[in-house]
Parts: sequence; structure tokens; C-alpha cells
Amino acid sequence: MKPTDTRNPEYYHKVVDCQYACPAHTPVPEYIRKIAAEKYTEAYMINWESNVFPGVLGRTCDRPCEPACRRGRVEEEPVAICRLKRVAADNKGDVQSLMPQAPFPSNGKKIALIGGGPASLSVARDLAPLGYEIHLFDEQIAGGGMMRSQIPAFRLPEEVLNEEVGYILDLGIHTQFMTYVESLKDVLEKDYDAVFVGTGAPRGRDLPKLPGRKEGDAHIHIGIEWLAGVAFEHIDKIGKKVIVLGGGNTAMDCCRTSRRLGGESVKVVVRSPFKDMKASPWEKEDAMHEDIEIFDNHVPLSFEVENGKLTGMKFQRVKAVYDDAGKRKLLPTGEPDVFIEADEVLIAIGQENSFPWIERDLGLKFDEWDMPEVDKVTFQSTHPKVFFGGDAAFGPENVITAVAHGHQAAVSIHLFCQGKDIRLRPAPYTKLFSTKMGIHEWSYDSPVTIDQRYVVPQAEKSITLLDRRREVELGFDPPTGYKEAQRCLNCDVQTDFAADRCIECDACMDICPTSCITFTTNEEDEVKLRKKLLVPATNTSQDILVSENLKTGRVMVKDEDVCLHCGLCAERCPTSAWDMQQFFYSVTKAENL
Amino acid sequence: MTYLKPLFRHPKLPKNKLGYTLKEYEGTISTLCAGCGHDSISATIVQACFELSIEPHLVAKISGIGCSSKTPAYFLGNSHGFNSVHGRMPSVATGANLANKNMVYFGVSGDGDTASIGMGQFVHAIRRNLNMVYIVMNNGCYGLTKGQDSATADVGSASKSGHINPFQPVDLASLAVELGATFVAQSFSGDKQQLVPLIKAAIQHKGLAFINVMSPCVTFNNNPGSTKSYDYVREHMQATGTFDFVPERKAIQAQYEAGTDTSVALHDGTLMRLHKLAPEWNPEDRLSAVNAMQQARARNEILTGLLYINTEFGDLHDILDTSDTAFNTLDEATLSPGKKALEAINASLR
Repeated sequence: MKPTDTRNPEYYHKVVDCQYACPAHTPVPEYIRKIAAEKYTEAYMINWESNVFPGVLGRTCDRPCEPACRRGRVEEEPVAICRLKRVAADNKGDVQSLMPQAPFPSNGKKIALIGGGPASLSVARDLAPLGYEIHLFDEQIAGGGMMRSQIPAFRLPEEVLNEEVGYILDLGIHTQFMTYVESLKDVLEKDYDAVFVGTGAPRGRDLPKLPGRKEGDAHIHIGIEWLAGVAFEHIDKIGKKVIVLGGGNTAMDCCRTSRRLGGESVKVVVRSPFKDMKASPWEKEDAMHEDIEIFDNHVPLSFEVENGKLTGMKFQRVKAVYDDAGKRKLLPTGEPDVFIEADEVLIAIGQENSFPWIERDLGLKFDEWDMPEVDKVTFQSTHPKVFFGGDAAFGPENVITAVAHGHQAAVSIHLFCQGKDIRLRPAPYTKLFSTKMGIHEWSYDSPVTIDQRYVVPQAEKSITLLDRRREVELGFDPPTGYKEAQRCLNCDVQTDFAADRCIECDACMDICPTSCITFTTNEEDEVKLRKKLLVPATNTSQDILVSENLKTGRVMVKDEDVCLHCGLCAERCPTSAWDMQQFFYSVTKAENL
Repeated sequence: MTYLKPLFRHPKLPKNKLGYTLKEYEGTISTLCAGCGHDSISATIVQACFELSIEPHLVAKISGIGCSSKTPAYFLGNSHGFNSVHGRMPSVATGANLANKNMVYFGVSGDGDTASIGMGQFVHAIRRNLNMVYIVMNNGCYGLTKGQDSATADVGSASKSGHINPFQPVDLASLAVELGATFVAQSFSGDKQQLVPLIKAAIQHKGLAFINVMSPCVTFNNNPGSTKSYDYVREHMQATGTFDFVPERKAIQAQYEAGTDTSVALHDGTLMRLHKLAPEWNPEDRLSAVNAMQQARARNEILTGLLYINTEFGDLHDILDTSDTAFNTLDEATLSPGKKALEAINASLR
């Protein structure tokens, strides 16, 4: 194989599994080290730069970083990255003075943001300091979008949301809340230089054809609309027996909210097997902890209505059968249908995009699924002035994805407003520097702890179920936060190898606790080379680092898979051929252009 | 500096017949200089014992004084160990061996510990054919006292300070053959492909198996002009043969003239298959071994691999007809049969 080009920023970026998996590529190990050092404000600001809503995400993120965490391949559980982010947010000092300070000198350009959710707010955050005049339109009473209307307050306290939305609006954003934009054409006719659409996926799916749907309508609600009703205090109670249809996180929010509004017997009923449910495992656990029963493999047949009143629902029992391609089919088991009593039903079976307010004759193309055609890199639609992001761009995702979209759309808008080619996107900002402090000393905590993942403490159920605003998770206290932070393997401290200094003494190979390093003859074929290593490198999602040819004609091959970044290879290297170099990678944002 | 090795290991680390991974054979983190050849030898011993599925509690590591003699702390952490007096490793090994013949004995020594202060002990351990593996980690200098020339430093070899060694070296492998050692090998710390099978064979050999391992002192003797540096040893290594079950050597074999294959049956019935690179050399013929070593020396080569083996000659236990049962499992009456028994013995000698 050819020697690995470690100067390509994507190589080391990929080694930092958490950061690589994060849609916004937040420098996770960097802020975790700050948390361990009790530098919460700095940790918060690293997050704020990258993901805009550290306090919100530290409670509600879908955490794509955690399944990717290397720790999960070395022992059982990944680092509790998400909840560590919250530790930074909970314990930070004054951060506002570290943020850009409005007013900013105007650059004469005006931007309209339709929708006030995480995508639009990220665009606002990136563009306002550059002198753009930003007009944000949202139908709700305050900014935050689905973070406000759909995430229940017991998971995300309103103060936390208000604070972080406030940081952005304080940058001099012109807000027009309680304003539903009815026509994109009208917006375009005003003198905006660009328009960003971040209207989310606002329509909850229904079951219109299911028998009894119309008759029972008074007691059947669409999940996200119902959650919004609760958030905006239009709804404050629910029947004692509740069925929630659906297996995603919205279903979990619906059932847990029901428990707080008077639901005593709350049942989640889902078509798929329990393990296939879309809800995050921890959301399911939290729901079950609140005495919510989950019935899997039940397909809804009908709403049962007696004398104009809903009495419950009928379900067919199914089992999942997978074909050779892994495709799932739900086949009836033949068991008798199941009737479940209910006073009210919440339907949380998914969300869809909906753009009734966009005229179809503006030169903005829609595809066969009635979704706008949006460029995956630039987020530009087929109308050059109109950009999309968040759930509005490619369908329902999550907050962190919306933030990532917002950053990229802001880059595009900034390039576009300067008359530049939005396809010529600047490279990420990277730094690589040695952590060497002395002969055997590094500027990071290289020892690897064996602590198991710490559990985030929760308030007593007897208290939290009484008040829908009472936050359930208490967050790590600083000492536990420190211990959890120390579980991080510092994957951004890279094992940088210089073949010209190596004397092939084998010291690194001998000391490596996880047998990552092998000195061997090279192979043309990567598959063959992977098999030759001390422990064959079977996890092909992880790269192998191949050195230049060494003096004896062999090469050094390092399997990145389970490297602990403990620095022992570099400590035992007599010639500093190995060095522990910290790698910093930051996605280019509009302000860096 | 890290003193504790992280406890995590590769989750797919292979297991041996006992269900152990390499972890069960490791020791603590080495405190020797980074890049020390001795650490590679330690890792090789770990690998060999793992591959042979030796139960760690059935191994004793005995050493003298010096950098080399510190290494037993860095391998086989679950085995027995005795760090003895300078040059006196063979005495302690002899005592332990006589008390319990059912263990694997590793004697670990250095060029100072063996070729200077312990020369007398070395010679007699060989003469008695004590059943043990005797490894000399040979770096040609006194690393622990800042790198003075040792007795194995080659004449003309330059030290780090530029001093040229004026004395003839003690050639430990030749001496061992001369003294009648029954297994003599030479190797290089930077060549695990050769050293692992050699150590495995040495463990299986009944009698004293002597391995002289060139082990560069990265701090005091890895300079240009030294004949014990990584570069010099790599350039001047000439193998007597390779073990066929080591596939990695095949590429290197091609560089040599065609050799012949031969097998040597070890005492326990295992077969050591050799691919000879020097056709005139016969590992079971002492004359031929001495000849090969002398010729290599004349060519300024370091002859590595198995040099000589004799599976016929009995070890010390055979010679003395010692107890098969370890002393620690004999009861007091058997160990100390009393006055009557002594009188009977004395009477038989009158």
C-alpha cells in the first residue's frame, strides 16, 4: 500500500470518531479536556462556536457521537459526551462577553430567515456579526422552533432554551414572531439579498383511513400538535387512559408528557419490534421508568367509538420476519386481535414536510415527493436566492443536523452575497501541534482510566410526574463530570509517525497495550496487509496508517481501530519517531471567509 | 512518565490453549531506556510462553544484576522470580531447579553479569547441563553505569564517547559450545521472527539452552563505529538457518544460496524443522558448529539462529538421578528421614 497521507486533514479527522460522526463536527475531546480542567466557560464557548446550543444539545441531542465513540469499542459504554456538554453549560461563567458584540457595522445586505428554529438561528448567528441585516419570521410566540414546541420542558427547561436563543437574537436580529409567512413570492419581492428557509417538518402524520378516526376525532390528537399545545399552554390535561401510537422520540415525549397531565395508564403501541423502535434507547428507558408500558408488534386496526365517545383501539398482532437482504416484513401471527382501552389517543408516527406557502411558479423546483430540490453541499435551491436548511431541506433529522446545515448555508449565503462561486468552498481550519512537555510528559492526561460510564442522576419520579416543567435529569455534578470526562481517550491527540527517524527497535510494538502497531513487509492489497497485522484489522470502517518504507524495507502499520491514545508508543520511542500531536479541526464558517 | 500500562487490550486478542491472552504473560511497564533491545527480548519471551501455552505459575525467572537482570520484572508478571546477586544467577537457578524439576527456568543475564563477574558460574552451569533457558542480553557495554566497554565488546568497536576498545571480546556462544552446552543459539533483539521460535525450542530443550542475544544499548552503544548497534547488527547478521514455520522469513531466504532442510527431534518429541542456509553446517555436529562460527567471525559476520544442539546428553537431573517430586510437595518424613537413615547411608560407605 501507499504511505498514508496524514497531512490530508480528513485522515486525522476520521480518527477523532466522535467529532467525525457529529454533523457539526464539534471538537469533542477538546471541550471534554476543558471540562476536566474545570474550564467550563471555555468548554461552553468551544461548543457554542460549533453547535450554537450547548445547553439545549447537552440535554436533548440525538448524540450520533456516542455510538461512534472509540471507548465503546474498547469497553462496553461510550463516554457520556452529551451530558458532559451539559456540565459545561450548567457551570459556565459569563459567556456573553466572549460572544460577538452587537451592533455590527452594516455590510448593506439583507437576509430573510423563514422559521425560527435551530437552522435559521445558526444562520443568523453566523451572518449577523458580518454586518448582515437579518429579518427572522416565525409563527410562534418566541424563537426556537421545534425545540420550543416539541421538546417537553421536563427534558429542556424553558430558561435554558430562552438563554441560548437570546444570545443569538441579541446579535441584533430583527424578529417578527407570530407571523406566518404565507407567500415566498411576497418575501422575494422585497429587497432581500437572500432568503433562508428553515421551516422544519411541521406536519405530523395521521391515520385518516383507519376506521373510527372521524368519529373519535375529539379524543384523537396529532402528537407534535398536541405537544405544541402543551408547550404553549393551550392544553393542560389528558384522560386517564392514553394510547400513544408510534415508536420514535416524539412518541416518548408524548407518553411522558401524558403522565404529567393526568394520564395514569399510558401505553405506547408500536408496529415494529422493540429493538427496531426509532426512539433512542435512553428515551425508551426513561419512559419505562415512568411506568409507561410499551406494546411492540401491534398494528393499529381501528379506533373503537361507542356513543360518540372513544373507548379504545383494536390492534393486530404481528411478528417481524427479515428476508436475506435484511428487509423487514410484519406478518400477522394469527393470534386474536387485541383491544386496548383508551380515553385519548396521540398519534406520533412521523412528520412530513409541507410547503403550502411556496408558490410553484417561482423557479424553485420540487421533486416527485414534493420536496424542494436542494443542493447537498451548498443548500441552495434551484432559485439562486433561496437556501434551505434543517428538516426543511431533506426531511426530519435532528437539532444538531439543523445546526450543521445552518453553518453551511451561511457560508453559501455569504459567498453568494459577495458575488462569489458558492461551490468553491474553503477548506476546514486545522492545527497539528506536539503535546510534548518533557521526555516522557504530555500536555494531556494520557493515562487511561477503567471507570465505567457514570449514570446521570434523575429527580424522584414522585416529584417530576407532578409538574411537566420539572426537569427530570439533574445533570452530573462537577466531581462526577470530572470522572466521566477522564474516560475520554483523547482521540484528537494523534500518534504521528515519522518513518525517517525510526530505528525499528520494536519498542512501540512491544508496549502498545492494544496491539495496534505492527512492523511488517508491505502488501499491494489492503485486505492482505490488514490480515498480516499482530491482531488482524477486521474493522474496515477504521483506517490503517501505513508508513513510508523503513531502512529494512518493512513498513510500520498502525490499526487505528482500538488505539487508546495513551502515548506509550511515543514514550517508549528512543528517537521521537512517534509523537503525540494534538489535532484541531474546525469546519469553516462564514466568519472565516 | 507512565508507570501503569492501561488495562484495556485489543478485544480480539487471540487466546492460547489455556484460554489466556498475551496479557496474562505480560509484566509491568519497563523502566529501561526507551528503545532498549532488552524490552524486545522481554516481549519475545512473553510471545513464546503464550504460544506454548505455558502456565505462568510454572515458570521461574532468575537474574543477577544489570539492565538485563531488571527485565524479569517486565515479563511474565504471574510467574516466580528471584533477582539475585551479581553474576550469581546460575547458583540460584541450580538450587531452585534441584528443588523442583517440573518448572521452566529462565536465567536472564547480561554481558557483564555473565562474561565478567559471573563467568565462573556460567561455565559450571553449562558443564552440569542444568535444565534451563540461559539468555544473555548482550549489548557490549555496562549500560547501568553509563556505558563502559564490557568483556563482550569487539576489539576496535567505538563507544559513544569515541573510545576504541583495545581488548579481544569474549565470544559467549563459542565458549558455550566449547564447554559442551547442549543447545547454543545466537540472535538479535530486533528479529522476533527468529527469536520467538528459538526461545520456544530452548524451553522445550532438556538441558541448558544458551541464547546469546545481541541487544543494542540505545543510550550508550548505538553509535556509528559500535559493533553492537541496531544498524551494525542488522548489516552483519548472517543466519545459519530459518525455522520453516515462520513464513515471514521467506522473502529474506531468497537472498541466500539454496540450503537444505533438516529436522531435529527434541526430548519431548516435538520436532524442530530447520531450513539450513549454510549447507556445510550440521547443527548436531560440534565441529561443524565451531567451524561455522569461526568462519563467520573471520568474515566479520554475526552468525545467528541455532548453532549447535545435542539431544543425547542428559541433564543434571538425569546425571544425579534426582527426585521427580518437587521438594515442596514432599512431607517432612521423606525430606528428613532421620538419624537411622543417615546411619544407614554412612554404614554403606564404610
